[in-house]
Amino acid sequence: MTTPNQKKDFTRAPEFRLLIIAIAVFAFMAVLSPDRFLSPQNLTSMAFQFPEFAILALAMTITMMTGGIDLSVVGVSNLSAVIAAIILTQFADPTMAAGQSLMWLGLAMVAALCIGAIAGLINGSLIAFFGLPPILATLGSGLVFTGFAIAMTGGSAVMGFPEAAAWIGNERLLGIPVPLIVFAVLAFGLHLLLTRTAFGLRVTMFGANPLAALYAAVDINRMLLKVYVIAGMLASVAGLVIMSRANSAKADYGSSYLLLAVLIAVLGGVNPYGGYGRVVGVVLAVLSMQFLSSGLNMLQVSNFARELIWGALLIFVMVINTNGLAVFRAALSKPTKSS
Amino acid sequence: MSDVSPDAFIDLAGITKRYAGVTALDGVDFTVNHGEAVCLAGENGSGKSTLIKIISGVEQATEGTIRIGGDAQPVLNPRISAAAGVMVIFQDFSLFPNLTIYENIAFSTQLTGGKRLFERGKARKVAQEALDRVGVKIDLDARVEDLPVAHKQLVAICRALASKARLIIMDEPTTALTEKEVSALLGIIRRLKEDGVAVIFVSHKLAEVLEVSEKVVVLRNGKKVAEGPASEFDTKSLTRHMTGRDVAEARPSPVIADAQTLMSVRDLSKDGSFDNINFELMSGEVLGITGLLGSGRTSLAKALFGLIAPDQGTITVDGNPVPIGDPVAASHARIGYVPEDRLTEGLFLSQSIVRNVAIGRLDEHTSSAGFLNMGGLVAEAADWLKRLKVKAPDIEAPVQSLSGGNQQRVALARWLSRTPRVLILNGPSVGVDVGSKADIHDIIRELANEGIGIIVISDDLPELLATCHRILVMREGKITDELAGGVATEEKLAHSLAS
Repeated sequence: MTTPNQKKDFTRAPEFRLLIIAIAVFAFMAVLSPDRFLSPQNLTSMAFQFPEFAILALAMTITMMTGGIDLSVVGVSNLSAVIAAIILTQFADPTMAAGQSLMWLGLAMVAALCIGAIAGLINGSLIAFFGLPPILATLGSGLVFTGFAIAMTGGSAVMGFPEAAAWIGNERLLGIPVPLIVFAVLAFGLHLLLTRTAFGLRVTMFGANPLAALYAAVDINRMLLKVYVIAGMLASVAGLVIMSRANSAKADYGSSYLLLAVLIAVLGGVNPYGGYGRVVGVVLAVLSMQFLSSGLNMLQVSNFARELIWGALLIFVMVINTNGLAVFRAALSKPTKSS
Repeated sequence: MSDVSPDAFIDLAGITKRYAGVTALDGVDFTVNHGEAVCLAGENGSGKSTLIKIISGVEQATEGTIRIGGDAQPVLNPRISAAAGVMVIFQDFSLFPNLTIYENIAFSTQLTGGKRLFERGKARKVAQEALDRVGVKIDLDARVEDLPVAHKQLVAICRALASKARLIIMDEPTTALTEKEVSALLGIIRRLKEDGVAVIFVSHKLAEVLEVSEKVVVLRNGKKVAEGPASEFDTKSLTRHMTGRDVAEARPSPVIADAQTLMSVRDLSKDGSFDNINFELMSGEVLGITGLLGSGRTSLAKALFGLIAPDQGTITVDGNPVPIGDPVAASHARIGYVPEDRLTEGLFLSQSIVRNVAIGRLDEHTSSAGFLNMGGLVAEAADWLKRLKVKAPDIEAPVQSLSGGNQQRVALARWLSRTPRVLILNGPSVGVDVGSKADIHDIIRELANEGIGIIVISDDLPELLATCHRILVMREGKITDELAGGVATEEKLAHSLAS
């Protein structure tokens, strides 16, 4: 809740630290290889790359705000994409008139979003009504969603879409990459939802103390259902962006995105125990990660090493966030016990 | 008491403890001799738990010195304290309910013995010796969860003895005991003292243990306000020292004679918690519900607000049935509930003060477009905070920065902003300072005058007498007595509770 008198020193907000990190990583990479990192090609290719996992990070963010997590996001996005792709390949063909293929594209997108909503409803019910821990509920459901996608496709990629389908992932609007616009709209929407609506405030408060939310007569089940439905739908949007960019859909695309989405949310200052998180922090974390990722690419660091770096970074950030830097100082100079 | 050394077992001098801006203890001196029983009295929030935490090494004093058995202890931690023989028995006893009596008693000795395997025979021997010392015969192999409260307490005492306790600190030792069990406990305490074991009783109701104590120390707002031989104190003087004034609190003004029935509870039962509860609440009436720990009073309170689903029974408000087992439905029926444990149940500690109030009124301040009207929401919350005289420098500060009394007002403000018909207050003044307590009682009386029906659940007898028109006494899940608030006395109420 921001009232006028709360506009305090913004340099003391945790997000300010992230801004510094994002700028520092950018500057570091720019200095390391100025002609390649700062080239227009690199900058645009980054703008096309990050929205898909950034949208997944938004999905992760809202579930983490409640103290939960959604490990099924990649499964949901692939299942949604596969369903959309099957609709497109079955009913629309490249020779079709533009108007007709647009209609099928719209239908495929709606179907994908519905899949995301249903998946979210399933996750939310498992957590709200059956009381499963979110981490296990979504781990299990994620495998089920992936399994469905594999069963439907036999594990191979679905391709052969009408031309219009490639627009979302590859074109520009007023010179801005469309995926970036999609991400910006969703991020701003989520920001408004979390900070300017009753629902958003309840999410934050529930995350801060679920028991107190129960005692304050917050309709917890309804709130949790909504949270996971929103996460599922965000995941299906990410699935559509991936499908459009790759011009195909497959059950196991983007498998490294799950860790990345968790990492970005945590790096972005979202408290994994719930109760705190700001979209602006997540956006800054997305940028830092993309700069770092592109930079490592240019330095020809192997893809396998990159996963190792992501994992180590996640653990490092969590240790810092939960214990502060003091823990390292304390570990270095532990007083010997006298007894 | 031949083996009592002339020296004090534990000696604290000038102990001061500050938590972020709050002084919990202020220059307290405190001494316990070998084989001596000391009553540490004080209201909630007076600093007695902090003092216990410092003695047991859980918290470190900001200033002051601690000596145990004559040795200065510059860095006291729980391990050093336990090794010196300081044992704390908490109110919940911290036993392992699924283990047997002897396992519980011998557990810590076996652990500290450094053995990797649990030696059954030795454990039984240790447990038997401890039981012999207190002179009690109970079956070593009984499981602790099957024991009555008084026996659980015995097991906890024996565990402390088995760990070579020199000082046993008992937190609220009598709250869950009947009169008979209390006198049995006193007998055991006498035996321990003959053995040279010192005892500290920590409580806000100490009349019962005065007769076995040598010394009384009273804390108020972090300062030691009285100290002297136990024989010089009685209930009245203890209360005066604890509260800092003679308790002549106002009594509730009478309910209007033709008041309407507001809430009625019929045949409410929940297996293992409460049984066949019937009562009515008039508008403008303050109804007290009391009982010992484990009498079912808190379960009943939660059931009234839908937090526990009863097995059977009905609740109606203004003649309309309230769906049971659903707090959201209860709040729609305009029942409010301020829980006992502010810190875990009542408040969102890390969130701002204003948010903690506003959470109750979000829907009313949502525009048709779905956005919150922040200005209106904050203004309304601020208005309630002002009305309840919450002292907060900044309403955007986290609610955990407030004192106990102010926190409780924030919890109250949240429900009052929803204009409840029935307000259930579970332990309305637990952990608040004396001044705030009187204020909260004033608020309760005022609200009743406005026609709200209020249910006060408490084991604080003076509080019940100061606020309630009628008091229901619960024992073993049943309502066993009903007293009119105007004529009841503390003695009568205490007797009805624990007989």
